Amino acid sequence: MDFTYDDEQQALREAVRGLVGKAYGDFENRRRAVADDPGFSESVWQQLAEMGVLGLPFEEQYGGMGAGAIEVGIVSQELGRVVAPEPFLTSVVLAGGLVAEAGSEEQKAELLGGLSSGDLVLAFAHAEPGSRWAPTAEAVRAERAGDGWTLSGVKEPVLHGARADVLVVSAALPDGGTGLFVVRGSAVVRDGYPTHDGGRAARVVLDATPATPLGAAEDRTGIVTRVLDAARVAACNEAIGLMEVALELTAAYLKSRKQFGVTLNTFQALTFRSADMYVSLELARSMAVWATMVLDGGSGEETSVAASRAALRVSRAGRHIGQEAIQLHGGIGMTSEYSVGSYTSRLTALDHLLGDGNHHLGLLAAGVSGYDEVDPLP
Amino acid sequence: MQLALSAEDAEFRDEMREFFTTQIPEEIRDAVRDQREPTKDHLVTSMRILNEHGLAVPNWPVEWGGRDWSPLRRHIWHEEMQRAFVPAPLAFNATMIGPVIAQFGSQELKERFLPATANLDIWWSQGFSEPDAGSDLASLRTTAVRDGDEYVVNGQKTWTTLGQYGDWIFTLVRTDPEAKKQAGISMLLIDMTSPGVEVRPIELIDGGHEVNEVWFSDVRVPLDNLVGEENRAWDYAKFLLGNERVGVAPVGATKRHLAQAKEWAGPLLDDPLVAARFAEIENELLALELTALRVVAHSADGKPHPASSVLKLKGTELQQAVTELVVDLAGPASLASGADDDSDLPWWTRRSTPIYLNFRKASIYGGSNEVQRQIIARTILGL
Repeated sequence: MDFTYDDEQQALREAVRGLVGKAYGDFENRRRAVADDPGFSESVWQQLAEMGVLGLPFEEQYGGMGAGAIEVGIVSQELGRVVAPEPFLTSVVLAGGLVAEAGSEEQKAELLGGLSSGDLVLAFAHAEPGSRWAPTAEAVRAERAGDGWTLSGVKEPVLHGARADVLVVSAALPDGGTGLFVVRGSAVVRDGYPTHDGGRAARVVLDATPATPLGAAEDRTGIVTRVLDAARVAACNEAIGLMEVALELTAAYLKSRKQFGVTLNTFQALTFRSADMYVSLELARSMAVWATMVLDGGSGEETSVAASRAALRVSRAGRHIGQEAIQLHGGIGMTSEYSVGSYTSRLTALDHLLGDGNHHLGLLAAGVSGYDEVDPLP
Repeated sequence: MQLALSAEDAEFRDEMREFFTTQIPEEIRDAVRDQREPTKDHLVTSMRILNEHGLAVPNWPVEWGGRDWSPLRRHIWHEEMQRAFVPAPLAFNATMIGPVIAQFGSQELKERFLPATANLDIWWSQGFSEPDAGSDLASLRTTAVRDGDEYVVNGQKTWTTLGQYGDWIFTLVRTDPEAKKQAGISMLLIDMTSPGVEVRPIELIDGGHEVNEVWFSDVRVPLDNLVGEENRAWDYAKFLLGNERVGVAPVGATKRHLAQAKEWAGPLLDDPLVAARFAEIENELLALELTALRVVAHSADGKPHPASSVLKLKGTELQQAVTELVVDLAGPASLASGADDDSDLPWWTRRSTPIYLNFRKASIYGGSNEVQRQIIARTILGL
């Protein structure tokens, strides 16, 4: 049993921390990056590609680094620490993950190669109005058209859907099941808009839009589930980075801010609440690290449960820490000029991207009578 | 990073599991499982079996029966013991005074007390808290005044758990009334059969008699019974209380009690609100267990991991949450706490409220949870 990162993993952490720290260590730079479309820095994206981060989880033959869940987790934590707006989670982990699992050889070579080199931004067009984190599609339907396929319906919100060069779209198949298709960004009508956390999303309208099956046009629900689980684990890691810094900022503020002639850390009502934030953070960190290790070595079913468990704890912690970070700062925490509110906003976005705490609690509760107790070790 | 135990540690776990489930009489383990108040006989029998096999005091120095295990192995030993419902070695002996004597006592004190302490031939009681010295322990007022080759001790200790069984009591006493409060404290070992020692029961809200007041009236204690040096006991007490926090998160036992509660819940588990409550507590327990594993896997250099302060705080909250859940599962039957076995109500429903009330203690003892928050805020967050 070992909960530590090895030297190579430490080096990766330091490299990524150096890169994004330089880019966004000054929060003003982050504000500027999210102010205009596409909502992130193309040059930081390129630097991440050069470092190998954008191809991290993909096989080397497709331009990737062949790394595992632990490394993806490290990168996610570091991006979280500076609320980096680059779409690593949605483009690399989610959309790229689907291509890696379901794509044909040619698709993997083209799409993963382009993603790894920074030439292509991918998006996963999955959420539909009314859907709530299911691995299936209903409103967007796939139809056969001659030798090919067309898709019709609306996907929204599609994160970074307006900027994406390529969309991976989930769609209900004529004979049942959910298929995955590749659509060029330029082939669809896209209305882009900012999201509260500084990101971007789009309403994507498909209207008999020609589409290429990702691999085969068959039910991909299992693959979507697996990749969503991997993304949940990555999102938990990102949230750990966010919560770490939200707490650091709060503690530093309590030590410097004066009211009634003394610094705020003289008030026990405030320091005790900070201590509770620390408890939340450490419990969430344990779960995120554990789920990452389960994902790295476990089976699909084990990973699904572990991802739900981590997502539940991280959701609880993210709300607790995010809300308290603003409250303990007072008014300054409400301003967009100061960083801490952006951490809370991003935590809120992550919480609702892949299933919030109560969603996962519902899944876990449904199975609770089926076993005696939980053993975290394999 | 690696989740699985090494082959050696996994084998160690199997050995422990085998030992605890086969070598400790079932009658004793059933009593722990059903959360009945432990009898003196059960605790003595169990600890002597453990000691006979070198499993009572693994945390002590090797020459006095310790095992020099890694923190992970000590954790596995402790968890497997709880899993098998084996009563833990008496804390006053095994984790409190034993390590203090081994660390700070004279050779003579070690030889006189350590073997008997490990074997529970001496039942130790703890004489720290006083009516006006709770979390602020250093404000204690019990005095010891030198008179020839003896100290004369006067004062009152309280919350002395299981003091009714005590043979000896380790006490903090004020030996220098002039010094500032932490500086004038010494540790004395007192034979509880000495004239002037009186143990009075305190009845608790669960109806039980678990704690006591201990009064000292002109009790004469030989100078030889001083631990370490005079007026230096604040350091010894901090050492002792630091040890007390290790293993204070009863993860294994709480997990087993939650699993029992699932059995008792029966059809109530079909209620989504009840199922959600189980799932949430279970998830919090998992987070706690993983945090405990992180702490033990990382504290190989002997320094406590900062996250260890989380364990007592969250561990006791979850312990209490399970007792609360069981009362709710019992529903109106939880009122029948005074009924005996002639009752038509299942025994666990009748026991549920006294256990719930009893475990309100958990967030108070061992450094109250507010003291834990203070430690986190100060030493970890620097506030």
